[in-house]
Amino acid sequence: MARAVTPQRKIINTAAAWAVGLAIFFPILWTILTSFKTEAQAIADPPIFLGFDWTLENYKVVMERSDYAKYLWNSIIIAGGSTLLGVIIAVPAAWSMAFVPSRRTKDILMWMLSTKMLPAVGVLYPIYLLFIKLGILDSQIGLVIVLMLINLPIIVWMLYTYFKEIPGEILEAARMDGATLKEEVIYILTPMAVPGIASTILLNVILAWNEAFWTLNLTAAKAAPLTAFIASYSSPEGLFYAKLSAASTMAIAPILILGWFSQKQLVSGLTFGAVK
Amino acid sequence: MKRTYGALLGACATIAFASVAAAETITIATVNNGDMIRMQGLTEDFTAKTGHDVEWVTLEENVLRQRVTTDISTKGGAFDIMTIGMYETPIWGKNGWLVPLNDLSAEYDAADILPAMSGGLSYDGTLYAAPFYGESSMIMYRKDLMEKAGLEMPEAPTWTFIREAAAAMTDRANDVNGICLRGKAGWGEGGAFITAMSNSFGARWFDMDWNAQFDTKPWKDTLEFFVGMMNESGPAGYATNGFNENLSLFQQGKCGMWIDATVAASFVTNPNDSTVADKVGFALAPDNGLGKRSNWLWAWALAIPAGSQKEAAAKQFIEWATSKDYIELVASKEGWANVPPGARTSLYENPNYMEVPFAKMTLDSILTADPNNSTVEESPYVGVQFAAIPEFAGIATEVSQEFSAVYAGQQTIDEALAKAQALTNDAMEAAGYK
Repeated sequence: MARAVTPQRKIINTAAAWAVGLAIFFPILWTILTSFKTEAQAIADPPIFLGFDWTLENYKVVMERSDYAKYLWNSIIIAGGSTLLGVIIAVPAAWSMAFVPSRRTKDILMWMLSTKMLPAVGVLYPIYLLFIKLGILDSQIGLVIVLMLINLPIIVWMLYTYFKEIPGEILEAARMDGATLKEEVIYILTPMAVPGIASTILLNVILAWNEAFWTLNLTAAKAAPLTAFIASYSSPEGLFYAKLSAASTMAIAPILILGWFSQKQLVSGLTFGAVK
Repeated sequence: MKRTYGALLGACATIAFASVAAAETITIATVNNGDMIRMQGLTEDFTAKTGHDVEWVTLEENVLRQRVTTDISTKGGAFDIMTIGMYETPIWGKNGWLVPLNDLSAEYDAADILPAMSGGLSYDGTLYAAPFYGESSMIMYRKDLMEKAGLEMPEAPTWTFIREAAAAMTDRANDVNGICLRGKAGWGEGGAFITAMSNSFGARWFDMDWNAQFDTKPWKDTLEFFVGMMNESGPAGYATNGFNENLSLFQQGKCGMWIDATVAASFVTNPNDSTVADKVGFALAPDNGLGKRSNWLWAWALAIPAGSQKEAAAKQFIEWATSKDYIELVASKEGWANVPPGARTSLYENPNYMEVPFAKMTLDSILTADPNNSTVEESPYVGVQFAAIPEFAGIATEVSQEFSAVYAGQQTIDEALAKAQALTNDAMEAAGYK
């Protein structure tokens, strides 16, 4: 039986939720505000919240100095490509683990997850040497492969969790109706798991978009994505906070907009298992 | 006649084809600071003169250091030119990772490079990186606050004077700290400052047998003086202050004195960013009467990784970017205050440049730092605020973390020095020095 919520309690809950939401969003808001300040206003103490002369100068400087479109395009290809490739590999893997598990399935899943615990820098040199050997240093394809491999455990785990929620009898019925394995996965399983797959894709696009270790270490001028764009405005010797904020705002804007429009899908997908 | 025209046309076509064929695109890794960004903006001049295009990879200093080290040690070939410092150059030159720059053209006039710079960027007498700009450290102080305190800054002050002046200028009620110095952990941040300061107190990192020297009196004196002075007159939380934090404090009028990189002079005197732009004076970094001052020496320099496929074009770029003509180009477009300082002797013979308020003090500071003889007692290493050995960055980062813990009040000076002594000796033993 649902408990009755008093109006007072509702107000408190709403206020608490807003407070938490604003606290989480505040660093992003501050970055956006700083991007419209002068460098002197950006370091003012006490900090200026809204009472400053808004300027677009930082954006003008950033646009003049950097080829934003190139970085954006690389980010789209790398984040999108690695996620799609990951999903293509993970769907059959998750299907077999969810519907035809073996004695070792749980161990395999745990082992896959354990690879995420390895510090990335530990394998930097082997991967760098491999990239040189294969001639894919500073290339989109190289980063698509690396980011796909890094995020694959998460994709498999998420899809496995969603697939486990789907009754196996439906797939059995399809099989009895003569569906092949390929048809079963493509026409029966995948449409039923669309919310889960969509949220997996969204989450992994965000993870790949924000990945900064490999994208900085395996690129130079050609395949550098927006993480390198931001890094080019950071300096330990010189106050360029306003320009850095403008570059950061430009880098996070696409993913922020994507997240904003798809938040319903993202939340419903993430809570897919829990609400059942 | 027809044949002559034909031959001429053929020759022209050959020359045109050759110049097109020779045009390359070179990739340059560099840091994000004012001088480097200015250079990127002027690249068209280089392209117009040589036909070569340039692709820039600009990264934050520490990211860049990691990135280029990975690439050069694996012979990755991602970059045709790397921006490196005085620390890396002799080590990488010794390893054979860099192309020697001893065949630059006569027009380039390599002899014009300041001896302190060419010395720090060479190994075994061979230049491996050309200085784009050089820097030392010096005192930047508020003339108005110094006058208010009834003091006059000598051109070459002692630490005793600086401590007294800092106390006299401190005005906690008005949020003015007598002195702002780096306390942030990191070998290039607080580590660089305290090492340079320790030179003037007679300390050194290693004796001639590579034994750590943190158990000696000069190191204890250095830390006791630094901590005492900063507690009396420094800003709150100085243990986490680096260059940028102190720059911000100074520009907002919250520091009476700041001892840091000479390159900061152009920032604090820029009226667009600094509220005290017209009140700043300069002096040499302090000493203790032991014959060594507490200023460092650094250069951002351009080097070519060995095995580069575009060595000739890369050398052309280096000659262009570190030439006298480039300095003239910057001066004509952005004024003499914005030319890259500290690399060429001729710049300091130029009357236009010597009118810039901090020009003379920058040169004097550079000239008083000697990377080959930086300590009072003899030491086995090259470098003023570092020891040019591969192990130094890792060791000094750990040591500076111990020192920062002292500044933050988390441990005593004796504890920090004991830990520094032990970890340095352990690392040197593991590396085979002992």
